[in-house]
Amino acid sequence: MVSLNSYLMLGAVLFSIGAVGVFTQRNALIIYMCIELMLNAVNLTIIAFARFLNSMDGHVFVFMIMTVAAAEAAVGLAIIISLFRNKATVNVDEINLSKG
Amino acid sequence: MDGLQYLLDCTGILPILILFATGILILLLDAFAPRGRKGRLAALALAGVLLAMIGWWRPLPVERELFGGMLFADSFGFFFDGLFLATAALIILFSAGTLDRDRIDLGEYYALLLFSVTGMMLMARAANLIMLFLGLEVLSIAIYILVGMPRHERKANEACLKYFLLGAFSSGFFLYGMTFIYGASGSLSLAAMAAAFGQGDLPHNPYLLLGTALLLVGFSFKIALVPFHMWTPDVYEGAPTPITAYMAVAVKAAVFAALARVFWMALPSLQPQWTNLFWVLAVLTMTVGNVAALVQTNIKRMLAYSSIAHAGYILVAVVAGSAQGLTGMLVYLAAYTFMNVGAFGVVILVQERLGIGEDVDDFRGLGFASPALGAAMAVFLFSLAGIPPTAGFVAKFFVFLAAIEASFTWLVILAVVNSAVAVYYYLRVVIVMYSRAESPTSLADRFGLGRIPSAALGALIVALWATLQIGILPQSLWELARHSVTALL
Repeated sequence: MVSLNSYLMLGAVLFSIGAVGVFTQRNALIIYMCIELMLNAVNLTIIAFARFLNSMDGHVFVFMIMTVAAAEAAVGLAIIISLFRNKATVNVDEINLSKG
Repeated sequence: MDGLQYLLDCTGILPILILFATGILILLLDAFAPRGRKGRLAALALAGVLLAMIGWWRPLPVERELFGGMLFADSFGFFFDGLFLATAALIILFSAGTLDRDRIDLGEYYALLLFSVTGMMLMARAANLIMLFLGLEVLSIAIYILVGMPRHERKANEACLKYFLLGAFSSGFFLYGMTFIYGASGSLSLAAMAAAFGQGDLPHNPYLLLGTALLLVGFSFKIALVPFHMWTPDVYEGAPTPITAYMAVAVKAAVFAALARVFWMALPSLQPQWTNLFWVLAVLTMTVGNVAALVQTNIKRMLAYSSIAHAGYILVAVVAGSAQGLTGMLVYLAAYTFMNVGAFGVVILVQERLGIGEDVDDFRGLGFASPALGAAMAVFLFSLAGIPPTAGFVAKFFVFLAAIEASFTWLVILAVVNSAVAVYYYLRVVIVMYSRAESPTSLADRFGLGRIPSAALGALIVALWATLQIGILPQSLWELARHSVTALL
């Protein structure tokens, strides 16, 4: 049987890839995909915990996260489209996410 | 759970149900309402909020758990429900005139505003991390859209995308933190966590420490604590001004409520550890917020940095950690709500009347052109600066007193120095307002008080009354807040 720590490591690696991607990628869609990767890393970690703790809470939580992520994707893609209509680009270099 | 119990629980969330139903009704009516008569949707939204206030009010809140331990119906939630409803009512009143100017579709605007209030209420009442997350997302998703409502303005588009991406990013951290706390305690319910963390060698539980740290990062993004504040100025500047005001007060209050719930109810045994983190954040947030506000020429950016600094003062109350500190936090949030909404309200009115009002310099001569509006703005700015006899002074006094009694004197000294720095940029606006414009008569022509829409005038009077009321007679608010925090301790 695969140990809990292996799942946690995989989750952490996926989460880190997503988090790094948010700051290194320039395309808004790819940034959003990186965020989705982070959320899925979270889902994997929760499921692993839920399985090893024999607790149902985590399983329910994952469904909630998936639903919310879908709603967020609907809004996020609409936002990206409305930006594209005005600027004809989805490159975030001009928006500068990490500067105040 | 039998049907009767279910119905009984529904009465406990009556304000949430009313707001939600009104939001849905507005969406439906919006589809059928003829153009030009949509202004009535604002009245409907306001009626919904007032109805929710009637459903909210009760002399003595009963402390109980609803829906099998998912939500609390306690005095802490009661306090925040009232605060959110009051904010929503003020924002709706201030919004009425500006939406046409920004070419915003009315129906969705009010519906989303009401939905976001339900999210805030769920967040402040959450007894379970699932509810906390759902409340946060209901609130956030509605606000992402509200920020981007002026679809034809590039500035709003960019602010919206920035807020969305960083908001979703921070949700990831928030969830990852929740995951590890779940892994450490085996439960998502706050009460069960407190029980699980009551024993054992906590500081060496790596899951718990990692979870708490990640959760704190998520919270910091949402409240805009330094160093997680980068998005704030741009988003506050690009959003429609009523929404900026709304984000600056209500969203902050909701996230602070959730933060207090999680850290006091679920993680009290870790208090020595998180107090250390919070004072670092408090020092950074106050200082960076104030110093950056000093050099702003755009009034919305200035108020954005000022809101960051105020979050720093509120963190001083969190650092104090006592019942008194928590009470101070509630009083501060209430005072901050009214004075900040009031200040933004004046900015909204100037933008609406004159078509300008982005720069501090646009306010030149306002004090002569419209003495009432100028005086109101001066009171709000004095209150934000913390000058007696206004709400801002009383709030700072309670928070700092609590921190001194918890022997964080050095932190209070730093906060007081910060407040003194802040006086400079608030008073700069007052001085600009009362210095002569080139042609004050023409400004006055365009600006008579009589021309201020009655809705906005009403909201302004309420905000002004609350700011002075809390400043002169804080006793009743203090008692209410002190009663509210007993639910957490």
